[in-house]
Amino acid sequence: MSQKFRLAGGGRIDRTRPIAFRFDGATLHGYAGDTLASALLANGVRLVGRSFKYHRPRGILSSGAEESNALVQLREGARTEPNMRAPQVELFNGLVAETQNRWPSVRFDVWAVNSLFSRFLPAGFYYKTFMWPASWWMTYEKIIRNAAGLGKGPTEPDPDRYEHRNVWCDVLVAGGGPAGLMAALAAARSGARVIIADEQAEMGGSLLSDTAEIAGKPGADWVAAVLEELRATADVTVLPRTTVSGYYDHNYLTLLERVTDHVGTGPDGKTPRQRFWQVRAKQVVLATGAIERPLCFLDNDRPGVMLAGAVRSYVNRYAVLPGRKAMVFTNNDSAYNTAIDLARAGASVTVVDLRREPAGDLVDVAESAGIEIMDGCAITGVKGGKRVTGVTIRRLSEAGDKVTGGSRSMGCDLVAMSGGWNPTVHLFSQSRGKLRFDDGLAAFVPGRSFAAERSAGACNGKMTLSACLNEGAEAGRAAARDAGFKAKAGSAAPKVDEPETGEIRSVWVVPSGKPLGRGGKHFLDFQNDVTAADVHLAHREGYVSIEHLKRYTTTGMGTDQGKTSNVNALAVMAQLQGVSIPEVGTTTFRPPYTPVGLGAIAGRNVGEFMDPARGTAMHDWHAEHGALFEDVGQWKRPWYYPRHGESMQDAVNREVLAARNSVGMLDASTLGKIDIQGPDAANFLNMMYTNAWLKLPVGGCRYGLMLHEDGMVFDDGVTTRLGENRFLMTTTTGGAANVLSWLEEWLQTEWPGMKVHCTSVTEQWATVAVCGPYARHVVGSLTEYDKLGPRDFEFMTMREMDVAGIPARVFRISFTGELAFEINVPRRHGLALWEAVWEAGQKYGITPYGTEAMHVLRAEKGFVIVGQDTDGTVTPMDLGMDWIVSKTKGDFIGRRSFAREDTARDDRKQLVGLFTEDPHQVLVEGAQLVEAVEAAPPMAMVGHVTSSYYSPNVGRSIALAMLTRGRSRIGETLHAPRLDGGAPVTVTVTDPVFYDKDGVRARG
Amino acid sequence: MFLIGCPWCGPRSQQEFHCHGEAHIARPKDPDAVSDAEWAEYVFNRSNTKGVLYERWVHSHGCRRWFNVARDTVSDRILAVYRMGERRPKVTP
Repeated sequence: MSQKFRLAGGGRIDRTRPIAFRFDGATLHGYAGDTLASALLANGVRLVGRSFKYHRPRGILSSGAEESNALVQLREGARTEPNMRAPQVELFNGLVAETQNRWPSVRFDVWAVNSLFSRFLPAGFYYKTFMWPASWWMTYEKIIRNAAGLGKGPTEPDPDRYEHRNVWCDVLVAGGGPAGLMAALAAARSGARVIIADEQAEMGGSLLSDTAEIAGKPGADWVAAVLEELRATADVTVLPRTTVSGYYDHNYLTLLERVTDHVGTGPDGKTPRQRFWQVRAKQVVLATGAIERPLCFLDNDRPGVMLAGAVRSYVNRYAVLPGRKAMVFTNNDSAYNTAIDLARAGASVTVVDLRREPAGDLVDVAESAGIEIMDGCAITGVKGGKRVTGVTIRRLSEAGDKVTGGSRSMGCDLVAMSGGWNPTVHLFSQSRGKLRFDDGLAAFVPGRSFAAERSAGACNGKMTLSACLNEGAEAGRAAARDAGFKAKAGSAAPKVDEPETGEIRSVWVVPSGKPLGRGGKHFLDFQNDVTAADVHLAHREGYVSIEHLKRYTTTGMGTDQGKTSNVNALAVMAQLQGVSIPEVGTTTFRPPYTPVGLGAIAGRNVGEFMDPARGTAMHDWHAEHGALFEDVGQWKRPWYYPRHGESMQDAVNREVLAARNSVGMLDASTLGKIDIQGPDAANFLNMMYTNAWLKLPVGGCRYGLMLHEDGMVFDDGVTTRLGENRFLMTTTTGGAANVLSWLEEWLQTEWPGMKVHCTSVTEQWATVAVCGPYARHVVGSLTEYDKLGPRDFEFMTMREMDVAGIPARVFRISFTGELAFEINVPRRHGLALWEAVWEAGQKYGITPYGTEAMHVLRAEKGFVIVGQDTDGTVTPMDLGMDWIVSKTKGDFIGRRSFAREDTARDDRKQLVGLFTEDPHQVLVEGAQLVEAVEAAPPMAMVGHVTSSYYSPNVGRSIALAMLTRGRSRIGETLHAPRLDGGAPVTVTVTDPVFYDKDGVRARG
Repeated sequence: MFLIGCPWCGPRSQQEFHCHGEAHIARPKDPDAVSDAEWAEYVFNRSNTKGVLYERWVHSHGCRRWFNVARDTVSDRILAVYRMGERRPKVTP
């Protein structure tokens, strides 16, 4: 295998465990402990993708979450994921990754032509160019989406399993570097329940890449000792490979744990792929470190231009030499560490320092190591396209705005740049903390806290190891104390010897000697291809607000959320406006810190677990008898029961005819049922329903409409008086929970003195509705027929009796307009009752019918379905149901609103029936009604179709509609234009009752 | 995701609750005695306060009790939780 850039020794990789992987079809090798990025660098792969807009060749920039260039398509098929950051992908055997945003290949990319025309693709290009004609937008969009954009989403369902954990803790520590580990240790030693999470496979953060010693031992040894103690402490949870992704209200944080992503194969069926932790923490310690800033110089995006800290990490942690002849380009001391470690690893190194005469311990070490230091100089250009081959260097003017003197060219294959460090304040900002600009760091640091959190270490602007350890210890102790624990002795931070460091010199746009935008590009945002020239253009065009600048130029709007670009872009804007950076402001950081897959957010709430499915006691019978089911709320209701070869229309016609001509049976168990008890129950119903309830005799049933206080119908149903102080209310199937909540709301908040209790008994009862001319015969054969006579058992009453030997409540109520009995038995007897009715009904040709036939039957009678024929803007009077609104009983909910101007106006929509001109044509529900058809919309709409069916009993199609002044229009002709391009349907307005207008059949 | 101290069950996550808007809006004792405008005020209009808002919550996936919450709508901090019928507490955001 040829890992040409792998160092012979050192690093935290396991050379005894080689790993094979594929990148753009080529098989390469790395070691356990590698990331995809480190393995690619070890193999000398420099070109790893094409940029978003200009399709410029791009290489690996960073070694962490901030990566904005090396975004790859990871895995294949159903498990493929786009835009995965190569430095955060752990290498595993069989890993497959592809470059993105190139065609046909990353080396030869047709769309790179964009780069040649880049002068015509400035900031705001999309807004300026594609304004007209509007009808071309869709075409533009397709082309642009093909040319831009990054990876591709999977097209198959996600085969993996994801899990949620809901936990609480006293102290949550975000970040497992020196500050985070120290904080966790201090908090744990106080006895607090601690969770520490870090996004990397190994805890330790910067210490894994650093050569610093802690208490005289390598940093990694200290990390191992701390982890050992933490893992041995009760109530401490150590979560590597876990990103704290979001910080929300009241110290609720979300963590994404990648449980088996690094293994590569699909989970074993038991272990989830990822685990989404939802943590409520009393106190939070943020120890999220810092992200290095790129320098903004000409063609700073060429493959081989990397962040200096990342280069150091590749050398020390992954034993990879990212280049043999390196330029280190810096404005601060930290990059000298990189220069020193590169030289030690065998590279030839030159430092180009923007500062004049830099001084400090690290500069001295570099000089004594023989590293050439070009102070007061700038890299003014980068040579090479698909990889860096050299740079040009000139002297920087005193003010930093010009270069002077001759230019010197130097060959190189690596540029390690450092523009200073930005504290990773994302979570702090998400917690609603206010940021403060630190001039010494030239960066935003946490200012005023909002939530119960504290920042420690580099994320708080502390850039030395000793400060990180000390602040971590203090934060851990303080967090535990504020969570109610006493600090214990022995949690002081260990001693560290550190070099003194000098100051930073900010040069936000490094001059090249040419006008900005000429002869190359100064990139600010690599992922979205935003240059310094774009910000200048936005400024010239009058974009003053940073929020506008961000959207216009798209700075920081990639999946990296501008981790490397935001402060640099702000600084350029500040320079242009002649103000300080904090005066320009900063944009809001929003969760998640790094992208979180939808699978993890959904967790186990997918497929059959997404929502409970409710079935009745007779569900299996329906399934065995060929029923197709319809979802009504969470319930699975039989829709219709097709016989062999029967169409839906044929089946529904057969069921509807049977219910009118012989006998049908319906599973009505799903209707909501609420048991209402108490001395004030009747008075309570009197307030909740529009009609009067005080005089309903025991055993009597009454239909009721329930309104909201605005006077609009929101539920209906039949309520039966079971005793002096006890009622059984039924509700619509879908409305049951809302009705119970509605009742409780009034009882608990407005009338707490009322002595009434409401209990849902929906699932305690199974209901078989038997309807049709032979209903009495069928039910009579299962009980005493004589007790069912029209005078013995009157319409709208309830009797308790045994049916098929089962104690039952039998209701003489009807939703079809036929003679009907609704038999209620305890749920456990539901199937037995259903089968008994089925057996008894055989000689009458009993026919089970589903919800579709039920809808046709009720529509034939003009019975509305609340929620279908009504939509929350319909009063009882609009429905023509004035008869159910008591004028004499006094107050009830919604009554006062009838007198409101809008409710009382005479041009409201009213319920009517419709006949189509062609009796076989069935209108589309939702169709709009117009008086006159125009050639094209808009047309004056006077109503809409709410229910529409073919009715075999009426012998034609029927429809219900809500129509302006509908009742005064009976007999008028209207039209229903069609969306499908067919000819408008001509309709005649009719009465909404199509069958048995006098209602004699149900009373029979 | 708020942490809400149900007066009956103790602190629970917001997902167990539903918010039902502004509290202390009494239904007029005699609806016929109020004007249309006053009735509309009761039915439709809510204060949309910036600052301390007294609102009704119900522990729908718990004890199913209704109670009142004083919440600062700027900070989303919950300043007080009290039972139905109790006087609204004085709080400062």
